[in-house]
Amino acid sequence: MNLLQDSLLELIRRTSAEIPEDVHRAILAALERERKGTIAESAMKIIDQNIALAKNKSQPICQDTGSIIFYIAGPVGLDQIAFEAAAKEAVKVATKKGYLRQNSVDSLTGKNDGTNVGPGSPTLHFHQHRSPEVVVRLILKGGGCENVGAQYSLPNEKLKANRDLDGCRKAILDAVLQAQGKGCGPGILGVCIGGDRATGYEHSKQQLLRRLDDTNPNPDLDRLEKDIVEIANKLGIGPMGFGGQTTLLGAKIGVLNRLPASYFVSVSYMCWAYRRQGVSLAPDGGIAAWLY
Amino acid sequence: MIELQTPISEDQIRALKVGDEVAITGTLFTGRDAVHKYLHEGGKLPPGVSFQGGILYHCGPVIIKDEAGNWKCVAAGPTTSIREEPYQWQVIRDFGLRGVIGKGGMGDKTLQACKEYGCVYLHAIGGAAQVLAECVKRVPNVHFMEQFGAPEAIWEFEVVRFPAVVTMDAHGNSLHKEVLAASQAELAKYL
Repeated sequence: MNLLQDSLLELIRRTSAEIPEDVHRAILAALERERKGTIAESAMKIIDQNIALAKNKSQPICQDTGSIIFYIAGPVGLDQIAFEAAAKEAVKVATKKGYLRQNSVDSLTGKNDGTNVGPGSPTLHFHQHRSPEVVVRLILKGGGCENVGAQYSLPNEKLKANRDLDGCRKAILDAVLQAQGKGCGPGILGVCIGGDRATGYEHSKQQLLRRLDDTNPNPDLDRLEKDIVEIANKLGIGPMGFGGQTTLLGAKIGVLNRLPASYFVSVSYMCWAYRRQGVSLAPDGGIAAWLY
Repeated sequence: MIELQTPISEDQIRALKVGDEVAITGTLFTGRDAVHKYLHEGGKLPPGVSFQGGILYHCGPVIIKDEAGNWKCVAAGPTTSIREEPYQWQVIRDFGLRGVIGKGGMGDKTLQACKEYGCVYLHAIGGAAQVLAECVKRVPNVHFMEQFGAPEAIWEFEVVRFPAVVTMDAHGNSLHKEVLAASQAELAKYL
């Protein structure tokens, strides 16, 4: 087994077993906010215990170890074919070791070969940059939260949502309402305004690579992100939809150009078990630094 | 916290109400999409398996075999239940379930079946795979492993004090309906 494959295996293990520090802080703050003695507080306590237990036992935070999505930024000349082969091998080993569930099913036959490697699994997004460094980010996104994602085409008459920021706000808040607790809230939204149906969803997922405590460089989007979280947390949906103070831990909104004829708002919901990690790699393929 | 021991009587189940926190000790059977579709289409439970007075858990666990060759539950949180809404009422009626554990809640057909046949929907904490796996002390059996694959198989779990919240009771109440209606009304104020 080569060093790159080892590094990717360790990235998978840590992503599956450990919540990033920024998310953990948001969860602890949410636990503090819940009224004592409520089922919402009980739920947040179990969530907090679960985070500690998964880390200590080096086992999956959630049994749905999700879609395996790699984002790789590397220099011109990075051998993507070799990288993909190493990533697939790492996924197979991670599955054998129980860091990942046997989670990939043939959509036509229903067969699960138990490897997690097949068409579309894992997914790898390569991106070139001018730096010699190779940076690998990984998101494991479970099916429960993926299922409550939503894409709106504006205008939407039912929501009275026009093609403007207020229309986007209505669409995003509708997604929160429809999701209720079903996506394992308190959740985090990744949103894309614009793009086409495919790039919109993809860009919404990329928003989930941002740290929860960052600030959107676009002031309009920054305001919208804060507003969405504030209003969502007034709705009383709460952890698991039990009712309570925290419905969202964060909202991250990006924007892509659109066609004149299209206006999509794509919302990806991430569960509290926000499995996202990243590494920068040393020239030999070893892990140089953790990103989150 | 209300202690429940399987098998559970109808009286015990009818005494529960929405918002009650329970701790379950005894046997849980896992069953999710493939199992529900199979039972709905007239499939039979494997020999020696009975859901009478029992609890079905919507869960696709991560299970490994330890050095001694025994099944070991590594992660076991609930999966989204609403996918079983077309089938659940029938499985409750035909197999004598007293409880269904899952997450996200279920719809009117299941709520009606809970009332009619004496069953409750128990919400486990979604994503809390480790806390819940800790409650699984032994995995004595698995059924339909070849047919459905590991996440979709029927696993038998021996559990001690497995925590859940009653969110749909046998009196026609659903916390999910209440929270949806209240949050919808609240959201209208800000649009």
